[in-house]
Amino acid sequence: MPDSQLEHAQTLIKLGQPEENTWALSRIDDALPRARPVIVPLSLWLEHSSDGELAPWLPSDTELTGDLAKSLTHAPLIAIDFPAFTDGRGYTLARLLRERHGYQGEIRAIGDVLVDQLYYMSRCGFDALALREDQHLDDALRALGAFSVSYQPGVDVKEALFERRLRESGRS
Amino acid sequence: MYRYDTYDQTLVDERVAQFRDQMDRYLAGRLGEDEFRPLRLQNGLYIQKHAPMLRIAIPYGMLSSQQLRALAAITRRYDRGYGHFSTRQNLQLNWPALEDVPDILGELAKVQMHAIQTSGNCIRNTTSDQFSGIAKDEIEDPRPWCELIRQWSTLHPEFAYLPRKFKIAVSGAKQDRAAIQVHDIGLRLWHDDNGELKVKVLAGGGLGRTPMIGDVVREDLPWQHLLTYLEACVRVYNQFGRRDNKFKARIKILVKALGIDEYRRRVEAEWAHLKDGPQTLTHAAVDAARAHFPEPERRPVPEQAIEVFDRLRADNRAFARFVTNNVTDHKVPGYKAVTLSLKRREHAPGDVTADQMEAVADLADQYSFGEIRVTHEQNLVLSDVPVDQLEALWQELDSLGMANPTVGTLNDIICCPGGDYCSLANAVSIPIAQALQERFENLDFLYDLGPLDLNISGCMNACGHHHVGHIGILGVDKKGEEYYQVSLGGNSTDDASLGKILGPSFYREDVPDVIEKVLQVYVEQRHDDERFLDTYRRIGLKPFKERVYA
Repeated sequence: MPDSQLEHAQTLIKLGQPEENTWALSRIDDALPRARPVIVPLSLWLEHSSDGELAPWLPSDTELTGDLAKSLTHAPLIAIDFPAFTDGRGYTLARLLRERHGYQGEIRAIGDVLVDQLYYMSRCGFDALALREDQHLDDALRALGAFSVSYQPGVDVKEALFERRLRESGRS
Repeated sequence: MYRYDTYDQTLVDERVAQFRDQMDRYLAGRLGEDEFRPLRLQNGLYIQKHAPMLRIAIPYGMLSSQQLRALAAITRRYDRGYGHFSTRQNLQLNWPALEDVPDILGELAKVQMHAIQTSGNCIRNTTSDQFSGIAKDEIEDPRPWCELIRQWSTLHPEFAYLPRKFKIAVSGAKQDRAAIQVHDIGLRLWHDDNGELKVKVLAGGGLGRTPMIGDVVREDLPWQHLLTYLEACVRVYNQFGRRDNKFKARIKILVKALGIDEYRRRVEAEWAHLKDGPQTLTHAAVDAARAHFPEPERRPVPEQAIEVFDRLRADNRAFARFVTNNVTDHKVPGYKAVTLSLKRREHAPGDVTADQMEAVADLADQYSFGEIRVTHEQNLVLSDVPVDQLEALWQELDSLGMANPTVGTLNDIICCPGGDYCSLANAVSIPIAQALQERFENLDFLYDLGPLDLNISGCMNACGHHHVGHIGILGVDKKGEEYYQVSLGGNSTDDASLGKILGPSFYREDVPDVIEKVLQVYVEQRHDDERFLDTYRRIGLKPFKERVYA
């Protein structure tokens, strides 16, 4: 396929900081691009997963079976696609990869990734956020730090607030 | 009631700052209409027919007098001096200015209130029994559990973009007063034979355009696992609920499509991984939540005062009517719960002016430990009134116009804002309620009819719960004209049922006549003290249909 069809996110936030994006992204699922490193559709990646400069992206309706999770363990990064920012399935996928399957590598949000989703994404285990073209980086960095406290445990905080309160008051 | 600590306060303050930033970006054109929509909705802000509408959360219906005064001040400063209590125990402002909303949220935060997740495709305000903690038939006070659910669901990072809205209701009494069978998830707290607290979990109930009664996912969940189990229930919905059609996106459609057995299998498989995780509740955690809902320091009411009350009730017909309909027995002898009727002809059902809010706050301080509850029937409750003060309270309520002795009768209509305010509505609903209240205002007739729920929705979204009214009225649109469909036999309590449509719809001006005919059939056919609902269940739709369409 011609590499002119590749996407290349300009604005990437990694671990809370802006970072240069080295990964191209291909949404064509029947041809491997020449460029490296590149993120390709899951089905394509599964056929070529020995290539260490390829990474998969998961559609939001991916059913994360045990077998699939196992084959994903050696992926250099896993991207999760947000076809629309209102599609919340990617949050669950990221949590399952981190909390159930122990994936330690980068989990990157791609697609319709907007400033006001970043905080929730970061709590669910996304550590790389490829912002949609029109999003402002300064807004994004501010939005990421919107909250200093949360009620629920997540990938970031392991303790529910009710437990923390008990611990701090010496009642647990 | 629940009081914020520094964590709760910090979170709510940070939420206000976040929304202020979002509003600034929207007004500056950096945030598009479609992208701003879910953000404003999850802060309670709708763009309505005439003006924005702001829905303020009243968690499980509990308000302090201080909070009610703050709400009064907000309606005066930012709105037109009144608010509307909704069927989900929230308060709606009909006329705020868009750009004022961050300031309003800031004012709310000062009194430990917010509008978080009162709208949008997320977990909404948890609702409960208005007689929690004082009901004679209570097994377990649901408020601490509601608060634990409130905290778990507030800004839940995984569930802010569900396929559709998600409503949870909790009941802890023998009688279900929280309509748990028509919620996305209904929870019932009960004790097993060993006195162990268990939770019955229902899923897939709901009203709207495809009304359904919830199915049992689990009869006897041990209480320790409530939050992890809820997380599994919502996670399965988030993954598998339909997203291609907003009218088929509620959990009820998923549960129906999969079947309850398959839904349960998926939930249990998910829960197997979450069980005993960090959200597992402990005695210490539940005790800490319970400590927020202590028994008020009730003084002993002398035996003699109870006798005086009984005598007054026997002697004074007007007082007796009020007591029969608006006063509820209390678990503590000598105390009663009093329902303040917000169903008055001169106001839309559920509407309260700022002056009235302040007057109610004063009455709450004077008679009921400074607490007020909001009911899903759109009334207010003072939950702890000693019987020797009931007469004085009754007189004060009467002068406020809130002593209408019609709670639970035909006059106690549940009604959505309808076409007068709401941009979704097909038809007006408030004028229908007012026309019916006018037609059926004779108290003797109302009492003779007995308990009767009449619910009105201005469209099939069913905010007025018409499916579960003994009599339901639904506004429909036919080629741009308003018509009304009448259904009979709905019920929201233990033996919940959905109403059946009587037949072709009616013109607005004919609705009172139609209802009168329905009532005539009931009065003619009932046995002894039979309720309307029971007569209907015995004789069916046919006799009503024959009379109305004769």
